[in-house]
Amino acid sequence: MKPAPFAYLRPSTLEEALAALAGEQGAKVLAGGQSLVPLLSMRLAAPSMLIDINALPDLGHVTCDEAGVRVGALARHAHVLASPEAATTQPLVAMALANVAHPTIRNRGTTVGSIVHADAAAEMPMVLRLLEGSVDVASVRGRRTIPAAELFAGPLESTLAHDEIAVEAFFPALAPGAGVAFQEISRRHGDYALVGVAAHVELEGDEVVRARLGYLSVSDVPVVVDVSDSLADPAGAALAELEPVDDIHATADYRAHLVRVLTPRVLAAATDHARQRMNA
Amino acid sequence: MTTKLFGTKVARVEDQRFLRGQGRYVDDLLHDDPRLLHAAVLRSPHAHARITDIDVADVLDVEGVVAVWTHDDLTDAMAEPLPLLIPHPTLTHGRTQYALAKDEVNYVGEAIAFVVAVDRYVAEDAVARIRVSYEHLEPVVGIDAARAAKRLVHDDVPGNVGARMEQENGDARAAIADAPHTLVLDLDIERSACTPMEGRGTVARWDPDTSRLTVWSSTQTSTGVRGCVAAKLGLDLAKVDVITPDVGGGFGVKVVHPWPEELLVPLAAKTLGRPVKFTEDRREHFISSAHERAQQHHVEVGFDDDGRVLGLNVEFWHDHGAYTPYGLIVPIITSTQLLGPYKPLNYRVVFESLYTNTVIVTPYRGAGRPQGCFVMERTMDAIAAYLGKDRTEVRSTNFIQPDEFPYEHGLIFQDGRELTYDSGDYPASLEKLKALVGWDEFEDFRAEMAAQGRRVGIGLACYVEGTGVGPYEGAHVHVETSGKVKVATGLTTQGQGHQTAFAQIVADTLGVRFEDVEITTGDTRKMPYAVGTFASRAAVMSGSAIHLAALRAKEKALRIAAEALEAAEEDLEIVDGVVSVRGTDTSIDLGTVAVLSNPLRYAFDEASKAATQFSVGDPGKPPVAEDDEPGLEGKDFYSPPRSTFANGMHAVIVETDPDTAEITILKYAVVHDCGHLINPMIVEGQIHGGVAQGVGGALYERMAYDESGQLLNASFMDFLMPYASEVPTSIDIDHLETPSPLNPLGIKGAGEAGVIPSAAVFAAAIEDAEGFPITAMPISPSELYALRLTHADPEETP
Repeated sequence: MKPAPFAYLRPSTLEEALAALAGEQGAKVLAGGQSLVPLLSMRLAAPSMLIDINALPDLGHVTCDEAGVRVGALARHAHVLASPEAATTQPLVAMALANVAHPTIRNRGTTVGSIVHADAAAEMPMVLRLLEGSVDVASVRGRRTIPAAELFAGPLESTLAHDEIAVEAFFPALAPGAGVAFQEISRRHGDYALVGVAAHVELEGDEVVRARLGYLSVSDVPVVVDVSDSLADPAGAALAELEPVDDIHATADYRAHLVRVLTPRVLAAATDHARQRMNA
Repeated sequence: MTTKLFGTKVARVEDQRFLRGQGRYVDDLLHDDPRLLHAAVLRSPHAHARITDIDVADVLDVEGVVAVWTHDDLTDAMAEPLPLLIPHPTLTHGRTQYALAKDEVNYVGEAIAFVVAVDRYVAEDAVARIRVSYEHLEPVVGIDAARAAKRLVHDDVPGNVGARMEQENGDARAAIADAPHTLVLDLDIERSACTPMEGRGTVARWDPDTSRLTVWSSTQTSTGVRGCVAAKLGLDLAKVDVITPDVGGGFGVKVVHPWPEELLVPLAAKTLGRPVKFTEDRREHFISSAHERAQQHHVEVGFDDDGRVLGLNVEFWHDHGAYTPYGLIVPIITSTQLLGPYKPLNYRVVFESLYTNTVIVTPYRGAGRPQGCFVMERTMDAIAAYLGKDRTEVRSTNFIQPDEFPYEHGLIFQDGRELTYDSGDYPASLEKLKALVGWDEFEDFRAEMAAQGRRVGIGLACYVEGTGVGPYEGAHVHVETSGKVKVATGLTTQGQGHQTAFAQIVADTLGVRFEDVEITTGDTRKMPYAVGTFASRAAVMSGSAIHLAALRAKEKALRIAAEALEAAEEDLEIVDGVVSVRGTDTSIDLGTVAVLSNPLRYAFDEASKAATQFSVGDPGKPPVAEDDEPGLEGKDFYSPPRSTFANGMHAVIVETDPDTAEITILKYAVVHDCGHLINPMIVEGQIHGGVAQGVGGALYERMAYDESGQLLNASFMDFLMPYASEVPTSIDIDHLETPSPLNPLGIKGAGEAGVIPSAAVFAAAIEDAEGFPITAMPISPSELYALRLTHADPEETP
């Protein structure tokens, strides 16, 4: 369980990091390392170079304004989770982060790194997708913003080009009249979810006018289902879009069952949340 | 005044070191020695294949690689198969692997080549460059495939059957045929493993000037490793020292020896003249260290209207993996310890031990007992359900009664001795358990929870555990002239708190201060005669030996002190390291007695002047009498006639979520009888750890092999060892102390107890909550959900 040989670079400016990344086809970016380092140790990944961005300045921020929450590439999950402003601006971020692994992993792992790792079993890619957020990426060619809907290409595959580094994620603020909720079921506390569900509900008066659901671990890529028109059977509508599969921890049938159990619960919780916010 | 320490909750002295990161494990040794080399092993990626060629040409080109071994490079005894440690007459087709595979591999993970390099990184780079050509063979995975025997693991083992063993007391089949009621059950347990925090590790250093080999291993038997290393490397035993430093858990897997690396590391050190280290990584541990537990059982039971078992006939199939280095210990234990605290009038058991193309199976904490307990307790529950009786009532009906000890089962146990229980009080234990868990009040609780839409169930399980198997352990107690007491016993320590518990015994027996006692374990230089730490035997075996050795030292101290004080021995007492004439001020320090015990020519300090030739002794006699020896020491061995049988009963209340099928533990209660407790805190710690491990085995852990023999969950991400968040936040414990008549301290083993009834007790509670039989463990929420669908009332389902 020792990595294959690789070159190691710890640049002190973003420009230096981007130039190195552009110049080395086999390079990988190291931020929190909570996914990458185990892959290296098991030799499931063997990059020619690691570009450690932990010394880069100005990427550790968690800033909030009326528009939403902006999370820098070096902000650790724990830092984001501990921000009261972020929890107020977009409560779903903290609701989901509390389910990301364990405190020690959250102390090192970065939220942006988790998003661009693009694991459909991980909370934050799905949350970004449900909230219709985005990721800012930089390269020697310039900067661009990738909307979440265009970010996830396939299993563990984002649409970032090889020479791009994600520098910031943006979670839009929760609008007045909207509510969110999150729940997941995992085998052990902190494990990847067998199934996880997040809901985003918008009310007009007391009526749900828009309801969208995000799912964990029942698809290849983070999936969001709009159930605004199928509120009578939201789980049924969702299952039509999802592809639960068997693995060593649960059958596809059980996962589908959990979708049916969790979907109405989370939808109801999000609706309650929206009502509470309207009445507050 | 010294208070008695035996039986008190003395805080573990070793924890200061462990909790501060000052433990010293095999991987910590020689780390700053620039000459140290590191080993890595090429392991088979295939479950079953013939090796047609191994090409290592590219390996030595890697900068930093020092040497590579394959089977072709091994000679003499090293080229022969590894030893079959515990032969048995019914093990007619025992097979063991080679240190490095010769021409066939039989499980994913089997060692093929051994690379030594300047560091582990380079060694792994080199391993990746070895090219092996395989001729693929179809693998045999799982008990069903082994029994079907459409394919064979070993060409010369027909039916994949390594052994078939049968024991019978009475005529079980006839008794069942004549019984008023009969039941048939099929009960399965899956594979799991010990998974200690520290994996296997070996470091060896060869001194070419003295031709002396020093080996450090995280083994559970340093004397066993020493014997194997000497034999395999062709060295005199006296030229080999084996030392076991701190060990991060064993749970059975480290009693197997020699592991290939335990021989290859010393071989490499001797060949290369440089120290060599092998530290197993986690993936290696999953695929190359031992597993346990997988068995299928078929039970026929006949009983009367009271639930009294008239005849019990058990057939089972044991998956022992690819080889049988540890013989038949696990299935023999299942077949005998299955009986628990009960006395079926007629009992027959027969098992087949089967080859599969998977990792070897050797004892894991509990060692066959969890399976046996599962079989017997599920049977008791089935009888109670059939007769509509309380589950505790059926058990009481079948208990061996306190006045029936010693109780002979008419079977032969794992140590080759009669299965004879020495002591116990099962009815008293059951009463304690019922009170502790609230058995009689449970129906009220169930109703209360049901009113809230919640589903709960209660289960109990009883077991008896043969502990402290022979053949022997020994101890050496030495009182230094400072009054400090140095004690050596040969078995090893992997976190049990031996320093504390053994020092308590010495402090009491010898009459010295606890903090003046230092215990050394697992060092063949200090105590070359020893067996090892397994089968809940350390306290019974070494505890007794230490007590006996301390008595010998005390006897000598009193003799010398009596002479010095001109008093009668029987008037003397030793308290806090001072020998005094009872009721007087006349006394002598034990350290001074040690000085007097060793006639000196040279004084090395003030105290030792008292023992020099012009100070002591009768000039007319030899300074050391003919039947005496110098020094204040005691040495003795303890060798019991047979095992001593501890027992216990667990109960659990679980909640099963009606929607998600998640299983939550609401209450866990343990009544435990291991005879006299040396240190109740350590015993309770053992129970806590055992229960935690048992929760893992019952609800989380399994070895997920696919049909090609690949282990799909060879990491702690997918092998679900419970976290602190998955085990009960509290465990209610009550002790019963029924002393063993077999040893001087009246103690029984406690190490494995906590894990034995887990599968049984959780199956019982889940069954009670759900209302349908649970016949296979472990069980996950996904599996419970599937069972609910199977057992759903078709009229209720839409």
